[in-house]
Amino acid sequence: MTRLLQRLLGRLPIGWLQLTHNRTRLAAALAGVAFANILIFVQLGFLGALLDSIALPYRAMDADILVSASDANTLEDGSPLPRQRLFQALATPGVAGATAVYFSRLDWKQPDGTIRVLDVFGIDPASRAFASPAINRQLDRLKISDTALIDRATRNVPTGLFPAIDAGNPYTFEVNNRTITVVGTFDIGGGFTADGYLVVSDQTFLRLFPRRASGAPNLVFVRADRGVPVAEVVERLRARLPAADTAVRTIAAATASDQRFQTTQRPIGIVFGFGIGIGVLVGIIIVYQVLSSDVADHLREYATFKAIGYRRGFFLGIVFEEAMVLAVLGFIPGLLIALVLYQAIAAATGLPIAMPLSRPAGVLLGTLLMCAASGMVATRRLERADPADLF
Amino acid sequence: MDMTLAADIPPATVEPSIAVSRLNHWFGAGDAAKQALFDIDLAVSPGELVILMGASGSGKTTLLTLIGCLREVQDGSVRLLGRELRGASPEQLVASRRRLGFIFQAHNLHNSLTALQNVRLGLDVHPGVPEKARDAACAHVLGLLGLGARLSYLPANLSGGQRQRVAIARALVGNPEIIVADEPTAALDKESGYDVVALLRRLARERGTTILMVTHDNRILDLADRILTMQDGRIVSDRRVAGA
Repeated sequence: MTRLLQRLLGRLPIGWLQLTHNRTRLAAALAGVAFANILIFVQLGFLGALLDSIALPYRAMDADILVSASDANTLEDGSPLPRQRLFQALATPGVAGATAVYFSRLDWKQPDGTIRVLDVFGIDPASRAFASPAINRQLDRLKISDTALIDRATRNVPTGLFPAIDAGNPYTFEVNNRTITVVGTFDIGGGFTADGYLVVSDQTFLRLFPRRASGAPNLVFVRADRGVPVAEVVERLRARLPAADTAVRTIAAATASDQRFQTTQRPIGIVFGFGIGIGVLVGIIIVYQVLSSDVADHLREYATFKAIGYRRGFFLGIVFEEAMVLAVLGFIPGLLIALVLYQAIAAATGLPIAMPLSRPAGVLLGTLLMCAASGMVATRRLERADPADLF
Repeated sequence: MDMTLAADIPPATVEPSIAVSRLNHWFGAGDAAKQALFDIDLAVSPGELVILMGASGSGKTTLLTLIGCLREVQDGSVRLLGRELRGASPEQLVASRRRLGFIFQAHNLHNSLTALQNVRLGLDVHPGVPEKARDAACAHVLGLLGLGARLSYLPANLSGGQRQRVAIARALVGNPEIIVADEPTAALDKESGYDVVALLRRLARERGTTILMVTHDNRILDLADRILTMQDGRIVSDRRVAGA
């Protein structure tokens, strides 16, 4: 390692030798950097899972354009839309198809008394609202009243429930004074607010939620004609639908706006952002502590080197070398532990938590910058090394 | 007063390594300023070993730091190897320091580095030596100082005398024209103190290196060519050592 660094630096790797000389301090410093890295990875993991879980239902839609209420920030909030918007959309040139979708949330009481929260889509079983082949194959079964399809990724359900349903044993439960029969499954994946998704027909939906009026869906999924740019269809729809109650966006734009809202306006997103900030702060403070006490411990040696004729850049080089060594060596255990924690979190919560390749690269870069910043502050102490004091 | 003026010394045929004239120095500023050096005149010829003695506070350390390019010259002149230090920029002072070898009271070795690596740092300020020859040059100097078998020892595993010899090797390895030493025997027992300075003198002789050394150590005075004594910021005696 010493030889490798000597090659790399073109000089004696004094920072490396200094760090490895005091093993206890090195271990403490690496633990600190690793801890900061783990903290950041876990927060990024949650943030990534939040973004992913928000995008999941949008990705499942068989649509190019989403029409929603102008006051809607997410799928679940916002006023109902006049059903007329569906017909206006269908009458717009460039629109290949459109379907109205009802959306609400229900509490699914388990036999043990606990509650699972399900997001419910009420769709017209005569049209394709979702791209999922599993849903589309089973649309006919939804035409029977009070039947439903359930998301296989729903959290905390009795084991064996979904295989039993798929094997042809419908599962029934009571909700809102109605008996719902779950006749099939599909895959979307749970999020932070709900445990899973339920798909029912619009008729079943209106019986489940008697306060909802049949003329007022939440969303209209619109498919553009092939050959017509989606952006152009969006423009046409905007011109035709009143902006006072209706927002028209591409699916991608709607997803992004939902993600932006939930990460910046909801406490959950802010908490994760804050956690990342704390991780960075912890890392900077630990590395600064280690580097500045290391500089303080070696002031005499540095003053000697100054007397011998070394310039300021030489000492900055040593401190930055130490910062980079701490960053890289602390990052490795940090990443490995974070990967283990990701597995544990995914198993415990069912959240879509994963490590995209860009994340370790970004965190390593951030760690290098963080350590460099700490090193920069720590070098201020170098000024105290005055060779005239040595005599 | 037993005082021999510098003018009594036969004029040197070559330019002196160190030429100090009418040097005054103050610490502090304004009314609080305290004068530490008064009207110092001094010339040291190449190859001479000059010992500077005096009570603490007599100004010998201040004089040493001025000659060692570690402080700015305020008044008068210090010429080092023909180069005037007064008015020199910090950058020029660094360049001048690179032509000196420093030996300190404590060895000031870097604890995390081996004997060889410590000496390397003394050599690495000098460009121009090929990378491959550097370790060999350092090992050679350590060998001259009797440390050939201790190259990879950390300072913690060396005796006091061995550490000071590593420090001497660090000062010598760049082939300096002048060595500036501050009480190099302070941390050593009598025997090793004498041996270390004797060795330093021998190696300096072979290379024609000038040595200016501050010491309180009476045991090593017979190794000097000249002994200067300072008192209250002035040089009060300058005598040649017989037989040196």
